[in-house]
Amino acid sequence: METNKNRVVVTVVGKDRKGIIAAVSGALSDWEINILDISQTILQEFFTMIMIVDLTEATVSFSELREQIGLLGQKYGVVISCQHEEIFQYMHRI
Amino acid sequence: MPISISNEEILETINMIESENLDIRTITMGISLRDCAHSDIDVVCEKIYKKITTYAKDLVKVGEEVAEDYGIPIINKRISVTPISIVADACEAPDYVKIAKTMDAAAKEVGVNFIGGFSALVQKGMTKGDEKLIRSIPQALAETEFVCASVNVGSSRAGINMDAVRLMGQVVKESADLTATEDGLGSAKLVVFCNAVEDNPFMAGAFHGVGEPEVVLNVGVSGPGVVLNAVRKIPNAPFDELATTIKHTAFKVTRSGELVGREAARRLGIPFGIVDLSLAPTPAVGDSVADILEAMGLERCGTHGTTAALAMLNDAVKKGGAMASSHVGGLSGAFIPVSEDAGMIRAVEDGALSFNKLEAMTCVCSVGLDMIAIPGDTSAETIAAIIADEAAIGMINKKTTAVRVIPVHGKNVGDKVVFGGLLGYAPIMEVGKFSADEFIHRGGRIPAPIHSLNN
Repeated sequence: METNKNRVVVTVVGKDRKGIIAAVSGALSDWEINILDISQTILQEFFTMIMIVDLTEATVSFSELREQIGLLGQKYGVVISCQHEEIFQYMHRI
Repeated sequence: MPISISNEEILETINMIESENLDIRTITMGISLRDCAHSDIDVVCEKIYKKITTYAKDLVKVGEEVAEDYGIPIINKRISVTPISIVADACEAPDYVKIAKTMDAAAKEVGVNFIGGFSALVQKGMTKGDEKLIRSIPQALAETEFVCASVNVGSSRAGINMDAVRLMGQVVKESADLTATEDGLGSAKLVVFCNAVEDNPFMAGAFHGVGEPEVVLNVGVSGPGVVLNAVRKIPNAPFDELATTIKHTAFKVTRSGELVGREAARRLGIPFGIVDLSLAPTPAVGDSVADILEAMGLERCGTHGTTAALAMLNDAVKKGGAMASSHVGGLSGAFIPVSEDAGMIRAVEDGALSFNKLEAMTCVCSVGLDMIAIPGDTSAETIAAIIADEAAIGMINKKTTAVRVIPVHGKNVGDKVVFGGLLGYAPIMEVGKFSADEFIHRGGRIPAPIHSLNN
C-alpha cells in the first residue's frame, strides 16, 4: 500500500469556542506546514476538526509538532492529536 | 495520491484508541540463543547477556517512537529466547539459576518488562538438561523479576509425558511457596503447555522456537474493549450479524498490529514474524472478554451458554484477523485469564463461574486455565492432575492449552489475592476435594491419540 510518510492527520476535539481554527491553522502556517484538507463539524455538542497536513517543508519535526500543538490544545481546552496518515489507511483499506 | 479516508473512519480509529482501550499489547523480539552453548555456565551467561543486550538495545526506544508516530500505545516491549534447556544442555553446572539471573539482568539493561524462554519442551521425554532446567524453575523465578518460564508437557503427536506432568505439579507448588511473601507471584510467571507454539509473543508462555530465525519481531494485539463496544451496538442482532461485526472489528484491530509490527521491525532492521491476534483482557474497566460474552446476552459469564458464546467469539476473531495480516501466528484467539479480567473476577465472586466451567471454556478458547488462584494447601498431585486434564483437552483437540494456576500460601476459598499491574487480582477458586494421587504416581506417557475416527 502506498502512503506518504509526510502526511499527518491532525484532529481537534473539544468544546466549541471562538478562534480554534484560526489558532491551529495559524500555528501550522508558522511552521510551514501545508493544509491539504480540512473539515469541521459539531458532533454531539463537540467541536470536531480533522485536517490532513503535509510536513514536507515543515520547519519542525513530527515529534515537535505533536508537542507544540498539544500545548496549543491545552490553551484552548481541546484535545489535539497528530498521527501519521498510514494508521488510518491501514486500518480501513486493504 | 487522493485523500481516501472518510472523517467517520478517522474518528472511529481515534475513538478506538481514546475510549475503547485499543492498544498493541506487546512487541516481542525473538532472539535465538543457540550459538551461546558452552560447557562452562559462566561463558554461556556472558554470551547470552551480550547477545540480548546487542540485539534488543533499541527495542524499547523504537517501540516508543512507533507508538508516538501512529498515536497508538504499545503497552509492553518484551523478549523471547530459545528454550534455555537447549542452550544449556551442554553445561556441566548442577542448575541453571545463574542463567535466569543473566536473562533478568539483560532484560533490565534494555528496559523490557518480561523475558520469556526459561523453558523446556519435554512432551516425549526429558534430557538431563531439561530436567535440570525444570528443577531450577522455582529458584529462578524467586530470584528474578522479569524472567518467565514455560514447559511443554504434551502434544497431539507425542501424547502426554506424565512424568513431566507430575514434576510440574511440584514445580508449580514450589514456585508459589518460594514466593509466598508475594502471594505466589513465582507461579504467575510459569506456564505448563500442551502443543506450545514457537512464535507466541504473549507472556508468560513466550519462547523463541527452534524453527525460528536468528532474530524476529512478533506482535500481540489486544482490543477486547473495541469488540465489546461493537457487540453492544447491536443488542438483538442474530448470530450471523454478530459474527460479522466481530470479524470486521478484529480485522481493524489486527490491521493496526500489522502496521505497527512491520514498521517497528523495519526500524530495528530485523524480519517481521507474525501478528498474534488474541483478545487479551486487562483489569481495566471495559477491557474484558467476560464483558463481551455478557454483552451477547448472558447475565453472567460462566452460566450455561458461555462456552457457545466463547466459541463463536474466538472463531470470529480468528476469521477477521486472518484476513488482516499476511502472517498470523502465536496463540490467536480469546484469552480467558481470571485475575487479568475484571468481568471474570466479578463472575467468580458472584458464584457464576467455577473452575470446571473454565475448563470447559478452554476447549474452545485460545489457551487454557490462566491466572487462577487456588487454595495454598492444594497438593502437588492435584495441580498435576489439573495439568493432565488440560493437556488432554489440547492433545485430543489439536490445540494449544496451558495451565497457569497460583496456589497461594495460607489462603483459602473466600480470600483474595492481589498481584498488581496487568496481572490484576483474583479470588481464590475452589478445586476438587478428592485425591488423584494414585493416578499421578503411575508415571509414564499417555499415548498420542488416533488421528482418524474423529467423533
